[in-house]
Amino acid sequence: MAIAQAKYDGAEALINAYADPSWVLGAWAVKARATALATLRAQGAPHRFDEYWKYTNPAKLIDPDTPTVPVLRDAEDRPFHDVDRVKLVFVDGVFAPERSDDPKLSGVEIEPLKSAMQSDIHWAAEVFGKLEASGQNPVARPLAALNTAKATTGFVLRATAKSDRPVSFIYLHENEKSDTLIHHVVKVEEGASLTILENGPAAARLNMVLEIDIADGASFHHVRAQGRDHQRRAATHLFARLGKESTFKSFTLTVNGVMTRNEAVVEFTGDDAHATIAAACAGDGDFHNDNTVFVTHDAVNCESRQVFKKVLRNGATGVFQGKILVKAGAQKTDGYQISQALLLDDDSNFLAKPELEIYADDVACSHGSTCGAIDDEALFYLASRGIPRAIAQDMLVMAFLAEAIEEIDDPTLAEEIHKRLSAWMERRRD
Amino acid sequence: MLNISNLHVALEDEDKQILKGVDLTVGDGQVHAIMGPNGSGKSTLSYVLSGKGGYEVTAGSAQLNGVDLLEMEPEERAAAGLFLAFQYPVEIPGVGNMTFLRTAVNSQRKARGEAELTAGEFLNIVREKAKSLKIDADMLKRPVNVGFSGGEKKRNEILQMAMLEPKMCILDETDSGLDVDAMKLVAEGVNALRSEGRSFLVITHYQRLLDHIKPDVVHIMANGRIIKSGGPELALEVENNGYADLLAEVA
Repeated sequence: MAIAQAKYDGAEALINAYADPSWVLGAWAVKARATALATLRAQGAPHRFDEYWKYTNPAKLIDPDTPTVPVLRDAEDRPFHDVDRVKLVFVDGVFAPERSDDPKLSGVEIEPLKSAMQSDIHWAAEVFGKLEASGQNPVARPLAALNTAKATTGFVLRATAKSDRPVSFIYLHENEKSDTLIHHVVKVEEGASLTILENGPAAARLNMVLEIDIADGASFHHVRAQGRDHQRRAATHLFARLGKESTFKSFTLTVNGVMTRNEAVVEFTGDDAHATIAAACAGDGDFHNDNTVFVTHDAVNCESRQVFKKVLRNGATGVFQGKILVKAGAQKTDGYQISQALLLDDDSNFLAKPELEIYADDVACSHGSTCGAIDDEALFYLASRGIPRAIAQDMLVMAFLAEAIEEIDDPTLAEEIHKRLSAWMERRRD
Repeated sequence: MLNISNLHVALEDEDKQILKGVDLTVGDGQVHAIMGPNGSGKSTLSYVLSGKGGYEVTAGSAQLNGVDLLEMEPEERAAAGLFLAFQYPVEIPGVGNMTFLRTAVNSQRKARGEAELTAGEFLNIVREKAKSLKIDADMLKRPVNVGFSGGEKKRNEILQMAMLEPKMCILDETDSGLDVDAMKLVAEGVNALRSEGRSFLVITHYQRLLDHIKPDVVHIMANGRIIKSGGPELALEVENNGYADLLAEVA
């Protein structure tokens, strides 16, 4: 009873912590928000005794007191600096048009969530809160429900053709006490393609939902770099629905951050589609990074790949919870999942829970999880050629993480991620 | 060049003495060979000199041009001019051979206070040296030693030696796992590097390699000591009679 009460009280505290807008919402938005609110109330706030929160204590994400997070101010190059893209800048979760590019891209409608929410009828109604709601079953995701119920900032994007440049969300953090909800909705229409880039700490505490509806033959690519402002906390959720012969690829780099929970919920609804969810993280000290993934195969001949690599040291913690659910009838499914950690000392932790649940009889699903130390033989080999130990170790770390970075299709974006990691490692060298 | 005196070495984890008083002096530009039965301590000597972990030096010293090797980290020994060609070169997935070579060359140059090579300078040198060892562009691009045949791995070792231009080269059973042609190619690579300022210590089981790399001095090692030294004829004696006679002689 005590736990149920705590979850109930926690939900009410979260609901009260985020103000409702003073402006008038359109009918579809009112409805979607009410549905999510009911979901959150029924589920309660996440609790560390919940099955999917036992490796990650949600306290830092739901604490009623907003954390104070120092803002790192330096002249460091930001990720994707050299990439030709449409930059949309958020400051502490609020869109800052004066610091952004003109939100125009051929073949893509770009509109702030707020203005979409103010209209009575909008295409976003087909996606907003819908994919999130679908992803609530069988595993509750109360922070995502909270986001749908309360978020008023974000973008709605609709790609109707193959876009030639990525849309790049840049999340600046300037206020030490900012606590924010961002919600993006993406619809990639039949045969269209879109790439979204994300980077920046966003806020002292961030709750993010990205819903992506990918129509038949469409493709969506997503590359994000989470870093900086180590004390920040973030809970992010990707909800993707894949149509026939569509492609979804998402890659996340996480460095720094005392609490980052990245959930990805992917559902195949059309045949012959492909999804890749990959991530690399490098954690040091009181770093905590959780990847929780749920892939549902509900169509024939679809392929899913999960590739997660974590390098941890000085007591850092990495969590991986990955599930592949193959529903009855989802024949010819090819599901692959690998999660690996490289522990650079005895103090660091990797907690992994791979799950397969299969109801079809003609499928190929494989999963693996490993956890190990750096290869001393390789380290000595490099040192014997004159390479100092710290650099040799970084070379081996980079080689380990490279297998996840290789999942990014675009070589320019992969190189950007390489550069971020190299710079991070250089800064940390003794 | 290399001065080893009364070197005693034990395994760190178990109470087992491997080297029991090795004395060895290699002069500038000389080639010395060490032969000996299995378990005599030949490979241990090469590992201890290059700084591999797991060994404890319980007595004695090893100097390279008057500098104490045993106090240095492996990378410092390399920068000081020591090179070990591994018996079993390590495969390193994910690290490109070129990146590895360039990082190694520039790390050593940096440690010695020399200017680092630019990408272009490096590429020109490596291409030329790789060609003479019949190492193609594909081998340079692949991850270090991954998927290399036995012969390719050994040629890659010699390429590293050629790029790093060490003063003191230790070849640990470089002939093992090589067919006759591959051995010739490797030996040619080594011979091309022979010079007045560069010395070699060639560890081998077989006299055959020494037909190609002609030694000045041959040492026989057994039970953690050098029990006999002589000219190239000593290697022939071993080839013909085995080690039994020599061991009996000393006992």
